[in-house]
Amino acid sequence: MTVALGEADMPMIRRRRISAVARGDRHPWTFYALATVFILYVAALYGPMICIYLLSFQDIRGGLVFPMKGHSLHWFIDLFTQVRTGDVKGSFDRSIKLAALVTVITLVVSLMAGLAFRRRFLGDTVVFYLMIGSLVAPGLVLGLGIGLLFQWIGISPSWYTSALGAQLSWTLPFGVLVMFAVMSRFNSAWEEAARDLGASRWQIIRLVVIPVLAPGLVAVALFGFTLSYDEFARTLQTAGSLNTLPLEIWSMTLNVTSPSLYALGTVTTIVSFIIIGACIGAIIVINKRRGMRATGH
Amino acid sequence: MRAGAGDIELAGLCKSYDGVTNVVDGVNLKIPDGAYCCFLGPSGCGKTTILRMIAGHEEPTAGEIVIGGENVAGMAPVERRTAMMFQSYALFPHLTVRDNIAFALRVRGQSKAERYKVADLMMERVRLTELADRLPGNLSGGQQQRVALARAAITEPRVLLLDEPLSALDEQLRVQMRQELRRMQRELGITFIHVTHTQLEAIALADIVVVMEKGKIKQTGPARDVYAYPHDRYVAEFLGGQNVLSGKVEKVGDRFVVLSQPSRSGIQVRLGAQVRVAVGDRIDLAVRRDDIELVRADADNPDDGATALPSRVTAIEYQGSFVKVMLDTVPDEDFVAYVPERTFFRDPFNVGDVLLAKWSAGRARVLA
Repeated sequence: MTVALGEADMPMIRRRRISAVARGDRHPWTFYALATVFILYVAALYGPMICIYLLSFQDIRGGLVFPMKGHSLHWFIDLFTQVRTGDVKGSFDRSIKLAALVTVITLVVSLMAGLAFRRRFLGDTVVFYLMIGSLVAPGLVLGLGIGLLFQWIGISPSWYTSALGAQLSWTLPFGVLVMFAVMSRFNSAWEEAARDLGASRWQIIRLVVIPVLAPGLVAVALFGFTLSYDEFARTLQTAGSLNTLPLEIWSMTLNVTSPSLYALGTVTTIVSFIIIGACIGAIIVINKRRGMRATGH
Repeated sequence: MRAGAGDIELAGLCKSYDGVTNVVDGVNLKIPDGAYCCFLGPSGCGKTTILRMIAGHEEPTAGEIVIGGENVAGMAPVERRTAMMFQSYALFPHLTVRDNIAFALRVRGQSKAERYKVADLMMERVRLTELADRLPGNLSGGQQQRVALARAAITEPRVLLLDEPLSALDEQLRVQMRQELRRMQRELGITFIHVTHTQLEAIALADIVVVMEKGKIKQTGPARDVYAYPHDRYVAEFLGGQNVLSGKVEKVGDRFVVLSQPSRSGIQVRLGAQVRVAVGDRIDLAVRRDDIELVRADADNPDDGATALPSRVTAIEYQGSFVKVMLDTVPDEDFVAYVPERTFFRDPFNVGDVLLAKWSAGRARVLA
């Protein structure tokens, strides 16, 4: 959502900056106090992660704590060769496939919900709250329940059945909420104009609605993917016998005592960043093509 | 498909959203083929709803819409051969000017080469050729309007429906684009129906002005008829340019009536022709603001058969070609004289001056 709405916030930030300059750059003490709080916040947020990334680059003598012992890519190689570290490749594969599946379903359902909720309909409030309800339900309990339900109806729990359902209970409400924000900027006159020009319902969706909403849809997809890719609580009781990546990492923390655990953390972070970067890149390209930055208006 | 004239007939047209109140309430109207027709009224008077019903974006609750002799109930906009230009244009933000204009041909399944050929011709016509690859976000208001017009016209409609087409533009551009609309209408030779709440726009453009209030038509006619000869108080006040005097008839004489006023003695208004009013009737009289002559109270005032009412100047506004003088002639109601600029400055008045507001007998009209 931040990505999609960033455009709108820009002028506000710029204005604030200009006014600070105009006042002669004398900040009140609250500025420094709040800046300190923010710096501490950022340090607390990224410091631990950076420690993990650093420690993953130790050489063969490396341990789980500082100080660093040498530097090499040993533990990354270890990660993909040693069997004892666990089924990293398999769980990574499963996580990516599951995340892709979740992304597609979230995207389609969110778009449809976004289109449906533009008008009021009987019971719309109830439907909305039922949908949002699973956001506040405790994930572990929900996961347990979903696992039980699947067992009861006779579908054996695995990552592509019960875990898929459990993750959707998490990503769908998020996707729908983001979609509502995206839809709020959609002008229904575009649809009407298309209809006026002879477009069929499907042509309106394909040629107008989806292209206009594209940046927002990328944002929804990104949400779906990242939420699924590192989902833990709901997946724990529903994944069946084969682990997803977060579950694998968790089980490794119980029995692996080498920096290859950290190496895995580094690799998964890189994958996340690549996906986020690709999405932001896509949004920027779409917006640039539309000349939204141009001031010709 | 190309045959069929663009004359429109609305018969007993009604629209209700809640089944209780009619937003459009029994509208009957005939618009000849190739006319420029303006629906004029305040927001919420149902004018846009009528437009949307003609376009096929709303279904009437009752009544018929006949275009070129065929009842268009239940037909899609394209089948009706109407095209709509939306308020603030609704240009597709992700498509270039060329693709916006070619959209209607694209959904009909024409190939890129085919539709671009037609779109390029259309762009030439509305002088957009050099902007073909721009996106709507990079166009000025006037350019956007031309794109919207071209996008609608490419479907070869027999009726073009324009919903407040000039409201998104600034004042200067509005006057310019007004002429452009009129020019396009002549060139295309099709019926234009234009919805607006600005009376200047309506009377400047339209062959037929339709004045509406609360879902009903108040008056229909050529611009000059509606402006200079309003039927009733509502039309007179909405179009402006008229002073309306209302009151109870106290006395009816030979070619004059005396209207009683709540807080001042009755005013005697001379009438050019004998009108049928009786003592005790409540009537409205209209006098054009530019028919009022102002003379100083102490000046010679020969009785020339004109009505002359003593008034005090309450405000003066310079308007360029004329001066707007506001008077307290009638208590609690606006009374305004438009004095030609040169006349005014020959002997300028000040706020507070006491004058006579005069108009000759034939200028006052009794309203319905």
